[in-house]
Amino acid sequence: MKALYQIVWLPPLMSFVLITGLIECSITLMDLPAYLAPRPSAVALALWVHAEELLKATWHTGVAALLGLGMSALLGALLAITLASHPLIRRAFYPYAVFFQTVPIIAIAPMLVIWFGYGQGAVVAASFIVSVFPIIANTLNGLLSTDPALLDLFRIAKASSLHTLFKLRIPGAIPHFLTGLRVASGLAVIGAIVGEFVADSYEDGGGIGTAVEIALKEQRTDLVFAAVLMSSLLGLLIFWLVSGLNQITLRRWHLGEFKDS
Amino acid sequence: MKHRQGAGLKLRRIHRQFDGRPVLKHLDLDIAPGEFLAIIGPSGCGKSTLLRLIADLDQPDQGTLDRSEEDVDLAFVFQDPCLLPWRSVIENVALPLELQGVPHHHRMPAAEALLKTVGLEEAQGKFPQQLSGGMKMRVSLARALITRPDLLLLDEPFAALDDITRHHLDDHLQSLWLNHPMTVVFVTHSLSEAVYLADRVILLSAGGGDITLDYKVPLAHPRTPATRVSTPFIDHLRIVSEAFELHARAAE
Repeated sequence: MKALYQIVWLPPLMSFVLITGLIECSITLMDLPAYLAPRPSAVALALWVHAEELLKATWHTGVAALLGLGMSALLGALLAITLASHPLIRRAFYPYAVFFQTVPIIAIAPMLVIWFGYGQGAVVAASFIVSVFPIIANTLNGLLSTDPALLDLFRIAKASSLHTLFKLRIPGAIPHFLTGLRVASGLAVIGAIVGEFVADSYEDGGGIGTAVEIALKEQRTDLVFAAVLMSSLLGLLIFWLVSGLNQITLRRWHLGEFKDS
Repeated sequence: MKHRQGAGLKLRRIHRQFDGRPVLKHLDLDIAPGEFLAIIGPSGCGKSTLLRLIADLDQPDQGTLDRSEEDVDLAFVFQDPCLLPWRSVIENVALPLELQGVPHHHRMPAAEALLKTVGLEEAQGKFPQQLSGGMKMRVSLARALITRPDLLLLDEPFAALDDITRHHLDDHLQSLWLNHPMTVVFVTHSLSEAVYLADRVILLSAGGGDITLDYKVPLAHPRTPATRVSTPFIDHLRIVSEAFELHARAAE
């Protein structure tokens, strides 16, 4: 029989019970008003009562985040391949790729509304802008770190540059691309929620960002935390999806890759 | 169909330097078609540079390098097996043919046949990570030979392996050479490996310019594990070792 501490989910569950219990007791003892700090039990109740709206909002945000992440994956990889193709192109355009990382999304979100109008277009664009850089940077790094001996091997075999790209550089960069995708998965959710703050059209009740915004206006802090909890769960779910993709893809060639995770 | 004797090489006054520091100084060397040549020498004597020049991976600053034929098909085996981790063993072996545009139904049987000759037909569906160091090196050898090269260049290919595995691979390499006549240039740190395999052993000087020793090993092929303990072999090894020691001491 397994010792209790060896059960994977038990330690996090115990810490969760302990921490929420402590918070619950402290808030009750200090008699803090609900608008300052909602008790965990109130958040749980809000989750239960508003389950349907929250799930719909999570779905709404999830679709936008996945669309944004998908665009990042596709365009990020294509951009990285373009940047990797020549040092001159890299020197000329890489600084603009860094722009994606440093752009304050909250500042340009209103511009996105002007360009795409209220609604999902602007939200997906925000999600894309926030999540594309890690994919470009990691994929580019992978494309440029091809083993020089393997490049020699292809040169000796008189491989064309297209063959070298498709049979050596790109497959070799896939683990780096997937690392970038994992980092980007969390950012895509954040980008979508920030986008919703500014650009949501309230269609179908809107997404998590909209739910947070409305709950804040109504001083329903319990609902705010419930929505935040849902966004974390969404982030985790997408991260798991991407990690699963990672494992399936790398199973063959990086047998050590997922042993430690 | 070109003849399958291997390519001959004529190196004249080859000079190569890196950052002003000469690695090869006006080197002259002839390699006969079909010859098995081993190059030994102290670290930094330019052995690998010489091999890269022959492979056309690098260009000499001065001097000429003539091949006996126009279109020499050459193959290179690195110290690292250099297998593509996302390809199965058989796909790795078939890679050079794939890059030449040979169709799938032609290259796969060829790869399979070669894997058989290095004793890896069971492992053809496996991935490189599932193989031991010696097995990976055998895959690397099979890949190098799939195009039936005229010239095979090996840069300390078995240096990272233990002695027993190394001896097995020496024998594999020897039988591959006997079955596919070709010129072999083999760089190694191991004097006994050089004497065991080669028709001719050359010792490059530490300065990289001179061939300090050019020694023909008159033992008949195929050489077998029994050769390694035979008196003639030990005598030849002693001559090469003494020259090596003498040179190393003079260099100090």
